[in-house]
Amino acid sequence: MAELTAHGAHPPSAAHATATGISNAKMGMWAFLGSECLLFGALISTYILYRHKAVSGPTPHQLYDIPFTSVSSFVLLMSSLTMVLAVSAIQRGDERRLRVWLATTALLGSVFIAGQIYEFTSFIRRGMTIKTNVTSGAFYVMTGFHGVHVTIGIVMLLSLVNLSVRGKLPQSKAEVVEIAGLYWHFVDIVWIIIFTVVYLIH
Amino acid sequence: MSTPVETEAELEVDEALETRQHHPSDLQYIGIAAVLAVLTATEVGVYYLKANHATIVVLLILMVLKFTMVVAFFMHLRFDSPILRRLFVTGLVLAVVIYSSLLFILGIYHV
Amino acid sequence: MTAVEAVRPTSAPATPPRFLKRPKATDGVVGWLTTIDHKKIGILYGVTSFIFFLVGGFEALLIRLQLAQPNGNILTAQVYNQVFTMHGTTMVFLVIMPMSAAFFNYLIPLQIGAGDVAFPRLNAFSYWLYLLGGAFLYSSFLLGGAPNGGWFGYAPNTSITYSPGHNIDFWIFGLLILGIGSTASAANLIVTIINMRAPGMRLLRMPIFTWMALVANFLLLFAMPVITVALFLIMFDRQWGTHFFDPLAGGDPVLWQQLFWLFGHPEVYILVLPAMGIVSEVIPVFSRKPLFGYPVMVFSGVAIGFMGWGVWVHHMFAVGLGPVATSAFSVSTMLIAVPTGVKIFNWLGTMWGGSIRFKTSMHFAMGFVVMFTIGGLSGVTHALVPADRQQTDSYYVVAHFHYVLFGGSILGIFSGIYYWYPKVFGKMLDEKLGKWHFWVTLIGFNVAFGPMHILGLQGMPRRIYTYSASMGWNFWNFVSTIGAFTIAAGTLIFIYNVRKTDRHGAPAPDDPWDARTIEWITPNPTPEYNFIETPQISHQDEFWHLKYAEDDDGRLVKIGESPDFIQRRARPDEHIHMPSPSYWPLVAAFGLPVIGYGQVYRLWGISIVGLIILLSGIYAWGLEPSTEPPDPEYPEEAGGDHAQHELAEPETQLELTPAAETTDG
Repeated sequence: MAELTAHGAHPPSAAHATATGISNAKMGMWAFLGSECLLFGALISTYILYRHKAVSGPTPHQLYDIPFTSVSSFVLLMSSLTMVLAVSAIQRGDERRLRVWLATTALLGSVFIAGQIYEFTSFIRRGMTIKTNVTSGAFYVMTGFHGVHVTIGIVMLLSLVNLSVRGKLPQSKAEVVEIAGLYWHFVDIVWIIIFTVVYLIH
Repeated sequence: MSTPVETEAELEVDEALETRQHHPSDLQYIGIAAVLAVLTATEVGVYYLKANHATIVVLLILMVLKFTMVVAFFMHLRFDSPILRRLFVTGLVLAVVIYSSLLFILGIYHV
Repeated sequence: MTAVEAVRPTSAPATPPRFLKRPKATDGVVGWLTTIDHKKIGILYGVTSFIFFLVGGFEALLIRLQLAQPNGNILTAQVYNQVFTMHGTTMVFLVIMPMSAAFFNYLIPLQIGAGDVAFPRLNAFSYWLYLLGGAFLYSSFLLGGAPNGGWFGYAPNTSITYSPGHNIDFWIFGLLILGIGSTASAANLIVTIINMRAPGMRLLRMPIFTWMALVANFLLLFAMPVITVALFLIMFDRQWGTHFFDPLAGGDPVLWQQLFWLFGHPEVYILVLPAMGIVSEVIPVFSRKPLFGYPVMVFSGVAIGFMGWGVWVHHMFAVGLGPVATSAFSVSTMLIAVPTGVKIFNWLGTMWGGSIRFKTSMHFAMGFVVMFTIGGLSGVTHALVPADRQQTDSYYVVAHFHYVLFGGSILGIFSGIYYWYPKVFGKMLDEKLGKWHFWVTLIGFNVAFGPMHILGLQGMPRRIYTYSASMGWNFWNFVSTIGAFTIAAGTLIFIYNVRKTDRHGAPAPDDPWDARTIEWITPNPTPEYNFIETPQISHQDEFWHLKYAEDDDGRLVKIGESPDFIQRRARPDEHIHMPSPSYWPLVAAFGLPVIGYGQVYRLWGISIVGLIILLSGIYAWGLEPSTEPPDPEYPEEAGGDHAQHELAEPETQLELTPAAETTDG
């Protein structure tokens, strides 16, 4: 009788056929990002709800430095560009360019975070802390969550640079970078929403 | 011995593999980034105009445009399998609907 | 012959230190601590959640002892608050959800013809977070007092002003830990179901349990983040001085309720959909009829999943949100009864005209249908706002949700336990004891919770620790307590059944129930590797169609014997290459309760230690390959997952072959 192809219990990975042709890891990341929409939605809604409810000041709107925040928003936006250039590089097998673009993305992300830290410390110096009023509380919690997500992203990017330096991120593993990229872009689009809804609309 | 019947998902795979050949080039990515930069500059410009309902609507439209471009092109969703799009959009639409309802119920339906 | 595989270059050190070597054991303590096998993880979830069921049940008995008579003095008010809070928190988060996870984990890969879930190590991580999160929650009893703000934690009662101890902090961080595990598990199972189905298994050919699991896991994926935010907000109020729920500072306690119930309502469908899926598997098998209206059952499940997001304000009808919100949600709540009602009729339609076998599993399934209907009906009465103004915060609500959660989910879960016991453990639970278990439980349950409808309408509020003798509530409270102890007796019968089966039970035959779905194609108990040959699917209820066809009059005709299809190895001693176990999910999970303790006590040093443990665990996990290369000791493993392993010859075919040969000549 014909030898039947057998599968031991099949560790699923990008290399194995899936019912949809999409890798498990990529689908898993998109599912996670769908879930994150609910997370950031709640945080942003809390801010919108409490925007005009402060009983004492100062409130964020009195302290925003829009030119400064515009620049840091632009920086984060450009980091999405360098991220896709990194993905594009590794898909072509260019491991050196991959590292350059990944490091640049991490750098731009760090500049953004530095900008956030500067912004927050200046707010605190001018008398607006997390407990000053409901608006400031909502502001710091929302942007704080975002900042933590960016920081985790930076750590991931640097880990990928490290892996690449050690020769463990070849062209065949381009999808790992792509999936990290998805996370990074998501963090960027959350900021696109926050910048408009929180900073620009009043 | 029954032959494997193609799942409709498998048919979608073929479709996905076809569209996946469309990778924007590096130059196109830079172009998209340039558009995003212009949109951001426009947003900041609108911010400095006198705030009214119209400016709010414009800002929101610009925001949605930027959001969509990053998701569609940088996150490659435009060229990927529809399944991924459905996964993400479900979460997104759900979030928008329930949180809008929440804000409406709690009395905030104009900013 | 076995293929020669190119050896992958490893950049790991030539001889890693002993404690960093990848574990290989699949049994013993190390085997269970490092397992990534969905079946073992399912068993871990099942056993752990059953133990918590006993704990939560014990808490229930304490409640009922305290309320059996007026002016009860068995528990002080302070202790009572902890007991009823932990009873609810335990039953929801540490019993029903993980018990459903037990079924998801064990069954889903088998029902779709896969070898495991999409992310086996993440799966283990989710389980350890459950166990450690539950332990973290319960450690509060020894550390100053358990959570005492109700399972729903309403603000401002849970604020630092009104709850100054650490009780609520344990609740917050415990639920956050559990929530991470649930969200990860949800993503894992969703990817598994969408992406790892056997060839031919279109979505509308999947077993109905897997469908309900898919919907429930989508609900989990999207609902958990909402309560996560709510918990962070109350945490910030308590520990960082924010004012999210402080009306004096412009905050709104109602925001807590909104966020909690935005999570909480989808949560109740998370709690009941898996049991509905179980019952939808059991009833067709024991009626020897296909599920009536399978596509409608699928779509009504999906509809419940969507509509479940549109009814949450019905938990807040007495809050004063105004007529617009209140009436809109009243209508949506009435509407959601429709897909639910459809399911009831379809279960009845399945049984109608069927050839019913009254096994214990079927008893529990039928019990589910009746009890859940009762609970659903009281739920519909809640949808009417004027009626709900009377019912809300009274024992009528307690009756309602116990009918749907105990009469529904728990009975459904027991149905599943009796049904799949042979598959998991290779033995059949005793039927006679099972029926005693069922009847004692059913009677006890109705005696415990039926009267609560009356008590509620007589005005008895929820969450009170005692009542005065002149309220007129004495009799039914006493009766209810008798019912609770009767349930306990039923549970003891079940425990005895399990023990007896474990010691003296005969091995289960293949396909003991003449089932319909492909998890029964594997031997009992399921071997480690699940399927030797990936099943090819051409029907819904594929296994049934391998065994039976219908003649022109629509009567069943047997076309195959179960043993023909059970997949056994030709060479039972052969090693089959399996995905490798791993320490790291357990290590990483361990970091989270450490962070939790650090946060409860505001000791940042401890939190940092926990963070380091978490990050190191994740980092090591990321660096190790998901599976080690095949073991050189066993040449038959060479080729890894694509090694060729032969199926044993089906027994009946051996008899046919000689006859065929002679006719050919």
